[in-house]
Amino acid sequence: MITPALLKEFQTVLGPENVLTDQADLLTYSYDAAVLEAVMPALALRPANSESLSRVIRLCNENKLPLTVRGAGTNLSGGTIPLPRGVVVLTNALNKILEINAEDMYAIVQPGVVTAKLAAAVEAKGLFYPPDPGSQAVSTLGGNVAENAGGLRGLKYGVTKDYVMGLQFFDVDGEPIKTGSKTVKCATGYNLAGLLVGSEGTLGVFNEITLKLIPRPAHQKAMFAVFNDIDRASETVAAIIAHRIVPATLEFMDNFTIRAVEDFSHAGLPVDAAALLLIEVDGHPAQVEEDAGKVESLCRKIGADSIRVAKDAAERDKVWAARRGALSALAKLKPTVVLEDATVPRSKIPEMVRALKDISKQYDIAIGTFGHAGDGNLHPTILTDRRDKEEWERVAAAIEAVFDKALSLGGTLSGEHGTGIAKSCFLEKETSMATIRYSRRIKAAMDPNNILNPEKIIGHAKAG
Amino acid sequence: MPNIKVLTTLMRELEDQLVVCMRCGMCQAVCPVFAETGLEADVARGKLALLDGLLNEMFKDPQGVYERLNKCLLCGSCAANCPSGVSALEIFIKARAILAGFMGLSPAKKLILRGMLSRPGIFDRVVEWGSKFQKIFTMPANELIGTSCARFVSPLLKDRHFMPLASEPFHRKTAMLNTDKGRSGLKVLFFVGCLIDKIFPQLAQDVIDVLNYHEVGIFMPRKQACCGIPAISSGDLKTFHRLLHYHLKIFDAEKFDYLVTACATCTSTIKEIWPMMADKDSEDMKSRVADISQKTLDISQFLVTKVGLEKSAIEDIDTTVDVTFHDPCHLKKSLGVAAEPRALINANPRYHLIEMPEADRCCGLGGSFNLHYYELSSNIGRIKRNNIKASGSSVVATGCPACMLQISDMLSQSDDKIVVKHPIEIYRELIKINGTHT
Repeated sequence: MITPALLKEFQTVLGPENVLTDQADLLTYSYDAAVLEAVMPALALRPANSESLSRVIRLCNENKLPLTVRGAGTNLSGGTIPLPRGVVVLTNALNKILEINAEDMYAIVQPGVVTAKLAAAVEAKGLFYPPDPGSQAVSTLGGNVAENAGGLRGLKYGVTKDYVMGLQFFDVDGEPIKTGSKTVKCATGYNLAGLLVGSEGTLGVFNEITLKLIPRPAHQKAMFAVFNDIDRASETVAAIIAHRIVPATLEFMDNFTIRAVEDFSHAGLPVDAAALLLIEVDGHPAQVEEDAGKVESLCRKIGADSIRVAKDAAERDKVWAARRGALSALAKLKPTVVLEDATVPRSKIPEMVRALKDISKQYDIAIGTFGHAGDGNLHPTILTDRRDKEEWERVAAAIEAVFDKALSLGGTLSGEHGTGIAKSCFLEKETSMATIRYSRRIKAAMDPNNILNPEKIIGHAKAG
Repeated sequence: MPNIKVLTTLMRELEDQLVVCMRCGMCQAVCPVFAETGLEADVARGKLALLDGLLNEMFKDPQGVYERLNKCLLCGSCAANCPSGVSALEIFIKARAILAGFMGLSPAKKLILRGMLSRPGIFDRVVEWGSKFQKIFTMPANELIGTSCARFVSPLLKDRHFMPLASEPFHRKTAMLNTDKGRSGLKVLFFVGCLIDKIFPQLAQDVIDVLNYHEVGIFMPRKQACCGIPAISSGDLKTFHRLLHYHLKIFDAEKFDYLVTACATCTSTIKEIWPMMADKDSEDMKSRVADISQKTLDISQFLVTKVGLEKSAIEDIDTTVDVTFHDPCHLKKSLGVAAEPRALINANPRYHLIEMPEADRCCGLGGSFNLHYYELSSNIGRIKRNNIKASGSSVVATGCPACMLQISDMLSQSDDKIVVKHPIEIYRELIKINGTHT
């Protein structure tokens, strides 16, 4: 219950303009980018400094108010959907880049810093922050860490977890907890950062994040290869990796997606092609040329019908504009878009692509598939209209079929979107009941009142 | 107030457009208001969710939604960058009309929109009185820019540095024109627009001089009124339709190939909003509006694509003036016109175009947004001012008189010595130079 006295206390701590109680404002914090039911919170709070963030957490805990932290609200698994009568804590006033250290190659940021802004700021210093989730123009680093976000560069450069050197976060009492360091090596204490990355706000609230930076690669070369046979495309992916070449990006688009992009952007894509691979190699110029040559000959050997290598930056931009436009182009076809991210070991890509085609046929639903073939993280994108109940049931069944297939191939339910609400009921399939119980015991110990983003990842937490 | 269920029924016409939003949140990257406030209710995704809320009877009183819906520049940055192609601008304009119709216009808006704007004769007379009396209440602020500010503390004028009303509006000098097409083989209807008529009359003269130079026939009907944007953005359908029908009637008197304006906002209103809001008119009316819309072009677009620009007669230029260009939202985001006004500037060798950072970032005026949210509007305007300043130019050009007002206010308040021009002025200067050389 939020009593008038408690409301007043929040107003004193944050300033009245940072305490939102109007129904109209609250409705705008009831959803995220996942296709799930919206839930109205009771209150939205916007702390502008660490001290008020800490006090907000403590007050919520003392009053047993469920608390959901929200960055840009671009979550695709419902991790930022609040609980009924819960509190939404906004991080977008905690948006300072506190330090970019070029000598020691790290950056310290507040959780509300927008991913693309950090990327641009470090690039200006000749450095590189590789994780580039699709929503990077608006997503926040706090959200990226909480979800362990990925992106196009996962294959060579890894994902968010590979760049978190240290965290300073608040526990449920609002006490500051420190883990990790600015140093490359750090062997003290539990690796709490490892536990907190991807914990979706269920174990603590980030205050400062220390991120690893790397030197910017000197040279890039992009190309796209056209295949008239989808299996050949996925076999090529496997062959490139098998030949010990690690492209910075190795992306896949199926015919459905190619057509959607071309209809929308008229970029000159081959609409008859069964599949496209978009490949970029980067690094030292000599290495880049050698790798690019090898990739090209592999594509030809396995059966690419044509290959186009970008000659300059403008052509390279064109290649990536086509890929970046994939989701938009698909999204324009139908009102509801369900973007899945079931992931398989990359050698299983050919089998997964075939399975997706079968599932589309079996359940009679439109699926466009594109994504990060190089790391096995495809994005089967289901196009539907939620208002069509009968079709929506088929969609739900198809999603489960996708999950089952990914798991049977030794994969995972989610490569980069997180478990959230959308996948919490499937988690046992991938792990085990014992794993969930273990996780729930951790949660119960860290958050005895169960106020930190309850029900996410592990469902209804009971220390069982 | 009528039953909320009535509103839900009215909102249903937007349902198919609302459902297109997939809540990805990418509009947060481009919304100038959100960049200032960080509030979800200020960005398109939030507003669309609120309208969805109305549709699903989530509110007992629509007032909160109405207020938030109006806190928007209607700059169209969200729609221009939306991954799933939500027609956000159209939805917002139609929703404003539905809500204003449901809740009623405020008395002040009724007086201004219905009492004045929809009656061109009265509107002109009131403005003329204003131009006579304005010197009593205001004093010059920046000579180079030509702005004024309040002499006394004024709740209406606040700290604004505004462009004063012209001593003689354009229609006093030239009430109408109807000239034959010359070597261009083209005839245009010249729609002047309120701001050019009453604040920047010289721009209308520049347009006419340029059209005459290219021997384009001009039809400028007598007693033109407002394009209707202030009415429709306040949700006043009645005034909007009255103005629309009034113009169709006066446009009918003559045949013309294109309709041109030197105001980005008038162009986009006539081209986009007239057909959008005429959807419930008769078939005959719809086809007449569609015909006008199809013929409507910004003056720069007309000159570049239909006439061909004049080349400079002079070859050696010893000194050039650095100029930077601000893309009006209603040109670039609404109509995709960005290269043409730059071509007008580049045609004059005395000017050297330097791009400012974020040239297409909204200036923050947004019509009545500036009246309701002056501080927010100014904060957004100051970013524009800083970008103009960063270009190091001594002139800033833009193709919309409304942007010219906002930019003048921002530059003048910072005491900058930067002149604000319209591209047509710069092109007109070239023709003058060429005239003296030939």
